Amino acid sequence: MTSAAPSAATTDSLLRFETVSLHFDETVALDSVSFEMFAGETRVILGAAGSGKTTLLKAAIGLIQPDSGRVYLFDEEITGLKENQLFDIRSKVGVLFQEGGLFDSITIAENVAYPLLNGRAHAVPLDQVEPKVREALRFVELEQTMEQFPAELSGGMRRRVGIARAVVSEPPLVLYDSPTAGLDPITATTIMALIAKERDSQDTANLIVTQRYQDGQLMANFRYNRTSGHLEPASENGAVAGDGSDPARTVFMVMKEGRVVFEGTQHELEASQDAYVQKFVPKYS
Amino acid sequence: MEGLLDFLKPPVAGLQDFYILSGRALRNLFRGPHYVDDIFIQMDAIGVGSLWIVILTGFFSGVVITMQMSRALAQYGATGQVGQIVAITLVRELGPVLTALLVAGRNASGIASELGSMKVTEQIDAMRALGTDPIQKLVTPRMIATCVMLPMLTIVADFVGLLGGYVIAYYTIGLTSSQYWTNAYQALEYNDVVQGLLKPFVFAFIISLVGCFYGLRTSGGTQGVGLATTKAVVVSSIWVFVVTSMLTRIFVNLH
Repeated sequence: MTSAAPSAATTDSLLRFETVSLHFDETVALDSVSFEMFAGETRVILGAAGSGKTTLLKAAIGLIQPDSGRVYLFDEEITGLKENQLFDIRSKVGVLFQEGGLFDSITIAENVAYPLLNGRAHAVPLDQVEPKVREALRFVELEQTMEQFPAELSGGMRRRVGIARAVVSEPPLVLYDSPTAGLDPITATTIMALIAKERDSQDTANLIVTQRYQDGQLMANFRYNRTSGHLEPASENGAVAGDGSDPARTVFMVMKEGRVVFEGTQHELEASQDAYVQKFVPKYS
Repeated sequence: MEGLLDFLKPPVAGLQDFYILSGRALRNLFRGPHYVDDIFIQMDAIGVGSLWIVILTGFFSGVVITMQMSRALAQYGATGQVGQIVAITLVRELGPVLTALLVAGRNASGIASELGSMKVTEQIDAMRALGTDPIQKLVTPRMIATCVMLPMLTIVADFVGLLGGYVIAYYTIGLTSSQYWTNAYQALEYNDVVQGLLKPFVFAFIISLVGCFYGLRTSGGTQGVGLATTKAVVVSSIWVFVVTSMLTRIFVNLH
C-alpha cells in the first residue's frame, strides 16, 4: 500500500458508456448515458435519489445489462456477456456497496480475503493472503477486528472493512456506492479521507456515487500526504484546474432522472447556471 | 383481453424465471467449483435440524391413524388388519407428504429468509462482483442437501409412525407384536416403497428451489423478506400437494 503502483498512461480508457439506456418496467433508470473514464481519474457522480446513480454503477460492472447502448470496461465490451465471462474482468474492479455489502456469515478477515481467493485474474498464493488482508485492514485502521463478524461492528466500521475488501487486490479502478450515506459528519469525513488516501497511495481511478457535494469537494481539493499521514489542501494548479497534467484530476457528473445533465470540473460545476445543478452546490462557496 | 394478459404476465414470467433458476442449479451439479463444505452445512441444518420434529410428528401420525382406522375396521371385525392400513397409508402417502410439509415450513422459510436477507443487504450483488456465482454457492448446495436428507427423514418418519401405530395396536386394541408387524410388512409392495422414496426426492427439489427462488427475488427491505418467506412456504406446500396427486395417479395406474 505504501509503494506507488506504476501509473497507467492517462489515455487508458477504463470505463466507457455509449448511449446506455435502461429501464425497470415503466421507470427509466438510465437515459442515453455516455461518458468515458480514464486511468488515474476521480469521477464524482452527484444526483438526487432515483436519478440512476446506483444503476449506473451496477451497469458498469455488468450486474445489470442495459436495454440499449454499450458498456466497455478496460476497453473490452461487456454488454451482452454471460455472467461467468464477466468474472475475470470484474476481478480488476474493486466495489464498495452501500453499507459495505459484507458477508455476514464469515469473519472480517475472511471477508477481506474473499477477492484474493476468488479473483481469477490474479491468483494469489495462499501464504500471501493473510499478510495482504492484514495490510488492507491496517490501511483502514481496523486490524484488530480480524476475527470478529460484521454484525459486531458499527456502520462506519463495516463501511471501512468494505473499503479494505474493495482495495485488497489493488485494482486499477474502484467504484464506491454512496460511501457516506447515513453516516455522521465525522465518520463521513473519515471514510472520504480513506478514499483519498487510497487514490493517492495507489494512483487508482475512483468512481464515487454520492448525494453530498462535500465528498466531491474533499476529493478535488485535498491530497493525502504520506509523510505526515494527513490530508492537506492540494495546490492551486492541481486537481482544480483539471488540465489533465495532474493524474488525479477530479471530474464531476450530475444526473437527473437517468440523464447526465452536467459533466466537468469543480469550477465549471460551481459556475453552472442550471437550476438543478446549482442545488448541489452550497451557495456560500 | 388486455386486462387478462396483464394479469397472467407476472405468474407466467415467474414460472419462466423459476425454470431458469432450476436449470442453472441442476447444470451446476456438473461444473465446478463445488462448495462441498456448504453442502454438509446445509445437510446438517435441513436434515439433523428437522429430525426431532419429524420423529414427533411421525409418531403421532401413526398413533392417530391407528386409532381412527381401528374404529372403522372394528365395524367389519377386521381390527387385526390395522397394521396393513397404517403401513400403506404412511409409506405411500402420509409419510412423504407430512415430512415434506414440515420441512417446507421449516426449511423453505429458512432458505427464503436467509437468501432474502442477503439480497436486500446487497450481499448477492457483492458475491457476483467478487467472482462467485450465487447459484453455485447458495442454491445448488441447498438443493443437494434437501434431496439427500428428505428421503432419509421420510424413512425415519415412516418407521416412527409404524412404531406409534404399534403402541396403539398393542396397548389399546390388544394385537400381538407379531400380528401387527407381520401384517404391516406383508402389506408393503415394491411399488409402495418406490413411490414412498421417489416422492420425497421430487418434493425436495420443489422445497429447496422454491425457497431459493423467492429468497433471491426479494426486494423491499425487511418487509420484503417476510413476504418472500411466507410465499416460499405457501407455494412449496401447494406444489407438494399437486405433485403428490400426479405421482399417486401414475403409480396407481402402474400397479
